[in-house]
Amino acid sequence: MSKDVYVLAEQRDGELQKVGLELIGKATELAADLGQQVVAILLGSGIKDKAEILIQHGADKVVVVDDPMLAEYVTEPYAKALNEIIKKNDPEIVLFGATSIGRDLAPRVSARVHTGLTADCTKLDIGTIDAMPDTKLLLMTRPAFGGNIMATIVCKDHRPQMATVRPGVMKALAKDEARKGEVVDFKVDFTDADMNVKIREVVKGDSKTVDITEAKVLISGGRGIGSPDFFEKLQELADVLGGVVSASRAAVDSGWIAKDRQVGQTGKTVRPDLYMACGISGAIQHVAGMESAEYIVAINTNDTAPIFDVADLGIVGDVKAIVPKLTEAIAKRKAEKAAQ
Amino acid sequence: MKIVVCAKQVPDTTEVKLDPKTNTLIRDGVPSIINPDDKAGIEAALQLKEKVGGTVTVVSMGPPQADAALREALAMGCDEAILVTDRAFGGADTWATSSTIAAALKKLDYDVIITGRQAIDGDTAQVGPQIAEHLGIPQVSYAEEIVEAEEGKLVVKRQFEDRYHIIEVKTPCLITALAELATPRYMTVHGIFDAYREKEVKVWTLEELKDTVDMANIGLKGSPTNVKQSFTKQAKGKGLYYKDLSPEDAVETIVAKLEERHII
Repeated sequence: MSKDVYVLAEQRDGELQKVGLELIGKATELAADLGQQVVAILLGSGIKDKAEILIQHGADKVVVVDDPMLAEYVTEPYAKALNEIIKKNDPEIVLFGATSIGRDLAPRVSARVHTGLTADCTKLDIGTIDAMPDTKLLLMTRPAFGGNIMATIVCKDHRPQMATVRPGVMKALAKDEARKGEVVDFKVDFTDADMNVKIREVVKGDSKTVDITEAKVLISGGRGIGSPDFFEKLQELADVLGGVVSASRAAVDSGWIAKDRQVGQTGKTVRPDLYMACGISGAIQHVAGMESAEYIVAINTNDTAPIFDVADLGIVGDVKAIVPKLTEAIAKRKAEKAAQ
Repeated sequence: MKIVVCAKQVPDTTEVKLDPKTNTLIRDGVPSIINPDDKAGIEAALQLKEKVGGTVTVVSMGPPQADAALREALAMGCDEAILVTDRAFGGADTWATSSTIAAALKKLDYDVIITGRQAIDGDTAQVGPQIAEHLGIPQVSYAEEIVEAEEGKLVVKRQFEDRYHIIEVKTPCLITALAELATPRYMTVHGIFDAYREKEVKVWTLEELKDTVDMANIGLKGSPTNVKQSFTKQAKGKGLYYKDLSPEDAVETIVAKLEERHII
């Protein structure tokens, strides 16, 4: 019988990715509802020592495939390893990060094991459907039509039930160093034929690339800021708040700022403590990427801009008049506090 | 080189609006387009053909009106177009869609299959890799550039969030195209004329696929996943809203709130 909630703990260059820990956090809730365990899958080369970290964040067990074949991500060796783990252990659920790795690997594996896969889920629950009142199913909720509609998807008869979840949507549990769990080595017999493509070159991104999904404070600019130069003013505001500058699609498409700063359906999903939308109208595709922020401040000249419908604090006004004064006021207030 | 492109006709979701009274999608008058990533794939296929020679066949699964998308692909310069359509294919999730398209592709000769990374109506990015698995060929997804192409081999720049790979892959293979892969050309008047007068869109129904398709793997019944319910998103409640503050008062209000939330 299928059991346990499995999570692919993605790593890159031996570093665990935050999304894996977030999914383990969610998996602990799902496993509790099912009365089952959380199992993390760790694939890579020279990565076994990272298993403890996964246990400290909520995994009951970690299945490790430690093999030089898995050093850099290549679809087939990873798909083979996962397929064998699934065949051997018969999981109830397998979760993946909706990253450029998870979104390549999960569909390949779902086709191989013949099961359903639901992409980019924003909500996962355990529940039942009318037709099967006695079966606890994974209810997978995701946006469609650019975020206009939400759909809850179930996978009734095939196992495992599989889903991908975007980074930043779920919350990781705090690290508990006292937590104990089991680490299991899993052997996969790779052959040369499994490496069915050849990586000629790996070019790592500029280390200056900013990860807006990690930021606690985001100061975000849209077309309403008027010109690319105004991003400098937003940066000054971000600096006094210890934050990072992000943007709407309109600003990115205008060439005002790099694509890695884009929040929204076609950009990134963020959940900072503070999201300040400056001159962003709040198209549904943008809102889909930031509405989980703890506190949303919106400044816009258009008093009917849809961004005001999701803002905790909405100010109708001109960002160009407000932002520089706000930077000054916050800097002053912080200096006063420091002096106290 | 025999190149096959899979393309989907989608509603232009940037035009889809919600009816404020009923909270349902207003689809009337929303134009149908070739999915943008797929269109980049068509362009990449045409460029590949121009470079190494060969043919470009475009395949679409969908309702009969997807004919328009295929005519557009022909007008761009594709040699052949196939519409895979049958009521039996309807209601398919990505698994059943990919096995239906794979069944059609098995009837074709191909060296390279190009799909878009994802469609703007579903955003799943699943069908490309699933087709590759059903066909048992390697995939390179998130393709940003075809760096080299020769008979039997492609070299592809594959994008990740924090890096890229230069990947060498032997044919037959499948690549999924990012919009960055190629900027689609415009149809020419001559091309449009040919697409409707000279070229044909072949229609393949269940009958044409009966040798390669498994009836258990198509349509609603062949779909492992089902929609339990769909709903329009509940907007987060509107918070505080100030319309007539001077910039100074606005600043004061924001600072007070940020202090209250311990952000300052």
